[in-house]
Amino acid sequence: MSSLSYRQTFALVLKRDLTIAFRHKDEMLNPLLFFIIVVTLFPLGIGPQANTLAKIAPGIIWVSALLATLLSLDRLFKADHNDGSLEQMLISPQPLFIFTLAKITAHWLLTGLPLILVAPILAALLYLPEQSYSALFLTLLLGTPVLSFIGAIGAALTVGVKKGGVLLSLIVLPLYIPVLIFATSAIDTASLNLPYNGQLAIIAALFFGSLTLAPFAVGAALKVSTN
Amino acid sequence: MQFDSFASFLDMGGYGFYVWLSFGASAALILLLIFSTLLSHKNARANIARQVKREQRLQQAQAQAEAEAEAEAQASVSESTSQ
Amino acid sequence: MWKWLHPYANPEVSYHFAGKLKPWLGWASALLLTVGLIWALLFAPADYQQGESFRIFYIHVPSAILSMSIYLAMAIAALSSLVWQVRLADASAAALAPIGAVFTAIALLTGAAWGKPMWGTWWVWDARLTSELILLFLYLGVIALHNAFDDKQMAGKAAGILALVGVINLPIIKYSVEWWNTLHQGATVSKLGAPAMASEMYWPFVLCFLGFGLLVGAVACVRFQTEIITRNKMRPWVRNLVTSEVN
Repeated sequence: MSSLSYRQTFALVLKRDLTIAFRHKDEMLNPLLFFIIVVTLFPLGIGPQANTLAKIAPGIIWVSALLATLLSLDRLFKADHNDGSLEQMLISPQPLFIFTLAKITAHWLLTGLPLILVAPILAALLYLPEQSYSALFLTLLLGTPVLSFIGAIGAALTVGVKKGGVLLSLIVLPLYIPVLIFATSAIDTASLNLPYNGQLAIIAALFFGSLTLAPFAVGAALKVSTN
Repeated sequence: MQFDSFASFLDMGGYGFYVWLSFGASAALILLLIFSTLLSHKNARANIARQVKREQRLQQAQAQAEAEAEAEAQASVSESTSQ
Repeated sequence: MWKWLHPYANPEVSYHFAGKLKPWLGWASALLLTVGLIWALLFAPADYQQGESFRIFYIHVPSAILSMSIYLAMAIAALSSLVWQVRLADASAAALAPIGAVFTAIALLTGAAWGKPMWGTWWVWDARLTSELILLFLYLGVIALHNAFDDKQMAGKAAGILALVGVINLPIIKYSVEWWNTLHQGATVSKLGAPAMASEMYWPFVLCFLGFGLLVGAVACVRFQTEIITRNKMRPWVRNLVTSEVN
């Protein structure tokens, strides 16, 4: 039996997930497109006044990011569950923690990272004040991984359910509330030229907390749903 | 007793609507919970009982069919011996 | 030390134990609620500031306290099912979720009906109200997840994991909501102070609280029994039980 180090296992799973994703490019781009379209709907619904839009811009961007992440979560474990490779991972000698961590990292690279890259353009469309851009970037950088981690728990719990999509949103959205509150408040505070280190520190705490705890929960959930 | 008359009890010092709304809604929700709990318990029992009965009927039918087949086989055996 | 507990890991023993407990809890709760609610509605004095609308307090506060303790109880049951593999524990977690959801809904409804005459609106984005609303969402998520599985053993475990994730998140949500509220909203709403309660208000409250608590126990017993028989429907004792008409 060949013995893989944890690092090798992690790299292998990550590379595999990324390769699969790049073969289905449209599936990867759809959540991003959804994010952009949802953000553009708000000015059309609310009106083009610059100060109104600037005031609600952090909320719009973050709520749209939550929804876009939700949209992509459904297929996090679905394909692996359908073709049986998920069970192979569960019975392999490598710890489940590494697998789930690698899969969640891949998910973040494919959905969270593109969101961060397009967010400044959308922020410009919503007249976000200039001093808030760094806060927007930092909160998205620390916050979107938390979305992936917590969302993965929901995805793992609903992977065995036939029509799990809506159920997944029901389960996961209430758990996203703290991230949303602290992220938008950090951006608001930044727009007033006040320090927002406190909010950022709490988001970082949420990030490290979910980094250490969520893979265990995902592992337990996967064991239950694959039975 | 805090109230002089039934009317003043219903009125609740002008807050009658809110007080009775909250008591009524709470009572309705709790009764709904109790009834749905009892109903689902009854249904669960009935479902299992139905399943048990069906299995018993199946067993009976099977036993009967076996007995008939045996009787037939014996009949054919006795027929062949009588010939 | 824990040996006396072992027989209760047996479904049949627990089923009959819950069956024996059920009438006691039910009647005690009916008695306490009758006395407590009549006392609260007819004899307890009106609040000097809030007048008669204070009588909503006697159902609002007990259900708010119960809504949180039921979630905690559910999470403890889920933890013992996951860690110590107590198979009946996830049955009790599944039994508790709908009860908790009902009491959370009652707390929210009565809170709204109390808020309208006191604060002038049905709803304020007050920290306590908001976290209660999120608690309701968490309950509904657990119930929805439990209903989504056909295999009840699996459903119980999955709902248990979600309940545990929720219980870790609840303090964070509560803290974040409180913090969000103080940041976004000035103190426009005069919150209820907590003056020492007069004893003629205190005793009806205690009776109502105990009455509701025992009611939760009685309903939980019945739901627990339902969960046990649906999970063990192939066992001979369940089959004998359902074919004989007595409980």
